Amino acid sequence: MEDAKLLRQYEVMLRERYFVLEQCTQNAKGKIHGYLHCYTGEEAIAAGICADLTPKDTVFSTHRAEGHLVSMGARFDRMMAESFGRVDGYGKGLGGVMHMSVPEIGLVHSNGVVGGGIGLAVGAALAHRYRKDGRVAVAFFGDGASSHGVLYEGMNLASVWKLPVIFVLENNGFAISSPASKMISVADVARRADGFSLPGITVDGNDLVAVYEAASAAIRRARTGEGPTFLECKTYRTRGHNEGDPQWYYRTREEVKDWEQNRDPVKRCKALLISKGLLTEEKDKAMIDAIKKELAEAVAFADASLYPGEEYLEKYVWKEQ
Amino acid sequence: MAELTYGKAIGRAIAEEMRRDPDVFVMGENVGTTGNIFKVLEGLLAEFGEERVRDTPLAEEIIINAAVGSAMAGLRPVAEIMYVDFTTFGLDALLNQASKSWFNSAGRVNCPMVLRCPQGAGPGRGSHHTNSLEAWFAHVPGLKVVLPATPADAKGLMVSAIRDDNPVVFLEHKQLYFTKGEVPDGEYSIPLGKADVKRAGKDLTIVCYSITVHTALKAAELLRKEGIEAEVLDLRCLMPLDREAVLASVAKTRRAMVLYEAPVHYGAGGEIVTLIQQELFRDLRAPVRRIGGLHTHIAYAPNLCAAAVPTVEQVAAAARDLVGYKRKA
Ligand SMILES: Cc1ncc(C[n+]2csc(CCOP(=O)(O)OP(=O)(O)O)c2C)c(N)n1
Repeated sequence: MEDAKLLRQYEVMLRERYFVLEQCTQNAKGKIHGYLHCYTGEEAIAAGICADLTPKDTVFSTHRAEGHLVSMGARFDRMMAESFGRVDGYGKGLGGVMHMSVPEIGLVHSNGVVGGGIGLAVGAALAHRYRKDGRVAVAFFGDGASSHGVLYEGMNLASVWKLPVIFVLENNGFAISSPASKMISVADVARRADGFSLPGITVDGNDLVAVYEAASAAIRRARTGEGPTFLECKTYRTRGHNEGDPQWYYRTREEVKDWEQNRDPVKRCKALLISKGLLTEEKDKAMIDAIKKELAEAVAFADASLYPGEEYLEKYVWKEQ
Repeated sequence: MAELTYGKAIGRAIAEEMRRDPDVFVMGENVGTTGNIFKVLEGLLAEFGEERVRDTPLAEEIIINAAVGSAMAGLRPVAEIMYVDFTTFGLDALLNQASKSWFNSAGRVNCPMVLRCPQGAGPGRGSHHTNSLEAWFAHVPGLKVVLPATPADAKGLMVSAIRDDNPVVFLEHKQLYFTKGEVPDGEYSIPLGKADVKRAGKDLTIVCYSITVHTALKAAELLRKEGIEAEVLDLRCLMPLDREAVLASVAKTRRAMVLYEAPVHYGAGGEIVTLIQQELFRDLRAPVRRIGGLHTHIAYAPNLCAAAVPTVEQVAAAARDLVGYKRKA
């Protein structure tokens, strides 16, 4: 991974981290009425996968979407407004915090249905292959979603039709309270790709460079017509399943602390940049300050925006012909 | 009598049936360790263990298929889909297998299962967690469809659902889980297909179920102050439908509206309005009204969520229209 890209994607990770923490602050104030699923601890995956994607590619996100949105370049103000259910949000307050779609940056769809985006990404990849447009489709999903049948139907179809799709498993070890070790019959889900004759790769999802290198190869494969790749990124979510999750009945504070202190993807990347002489504490602080300023403006923007009026109740059920 | 929440009343019914019948078991996502995300099944894992309270992988298609298959093989599963919205993944098992097994085998293989799911609107959830699908299920011959409105009904109906020899879809309204009410002590059940008059009245009948029972009761209070006495008839089940109770009530009041939260078109209303006008046309003093949700999705923004489903004021206004309606001389 080139130095400039490494630094740029580190900044993307900071943006992911601080955006979500600001959402948590706003959630605690009661301004976000929905389920807020934080991406905290998993930022390297989105930053690594999206680094070589363009707005013409098609990304299908999950209920834990903010990392993907930020990494594809979504604006803080419109995302915050959507989280507040306001008319200036990306979905005008109709879709809400779990359903942000920003097609102009390549993020087609985020989803309240776990596993709901996997088959859609296969379909988008079909469109790319059909038109020979060199674009790539990406499906993000969790370890919980990896038990859904559509993943296996999708891998098979993508493999036999050589579709340009990347299946990105964000294996954070839990589906709400259910540990992956009790729900999934293999240690590395990527092994299952063998059965469908596509490359299955497992990487440390908290290592930006490792994720990036694997993603970049997969994207190249897809763009050159070689077909799909399954990429499993091992990670850990350091906040509850959603804000308000009484999580300590299924995991310990010590386990979370260990990940936060010793394996945090943002800290790891920062240490790498400093060791390479690409970053200083001052420069880091300046980046964070700029992000915080942008966030304060985003919150003000969202606060000033209104709830959608009743003219929106039925407006988008059908597209007018 | 004990005061229980709607959610806990359901959990208690399941626990009592599990004590009584070793063939009854529970499965679904996060039902054991978490006790279900609305705490409906809290305590079951501790009492019955992992064999009978099974946390499944996140895979609705296999949850529903496994429930159907285990029921065909003689067990009585009480399976949960975390939100009704996700039953779609397992509809083949429900629609082509469970509902038809008794028919296709000409009375040899039945499917005594319960599928529990929360449904209904709620602010801040967005359109993937707020569908109301009762009319879909009621449209499938062979499925029973239960929609309780109170803790006492939820408990008694769940007992009957578990003991029923057919597949039962048990739809719980997510906004009701933490509402409280008196629940009789000890074993009791409420037969499936028996409606209940939640409030007696002489001027019109509001036929309703699930959360709209509460909307109707509130509207009835408003109307009482204006001198209009509304009868609130809680269907409790869409299938079997208590036709006799509907007809008896409307024969008395001679005015009726059907009230539900799902999109009004192609919903349960059409069925019930047809029944009333076919049987009681000559008695009616006004056309039967249908009040339901708009033909739209439930938005995330709280104001639009509230505006998409029937309100107390809307019901009261419709009642006034009915009472004031003048037929041609
Ligand atoms: C089809 C479906 N089933 C269940 C749910 C409820 N639910 C939301 S998130 C979640 C757990 C998801 O786990 P995983 O796929 O590992 O993603 P993570 O939340 O860990 O990122 C569940 C069960 C849902 N939204 N959609």
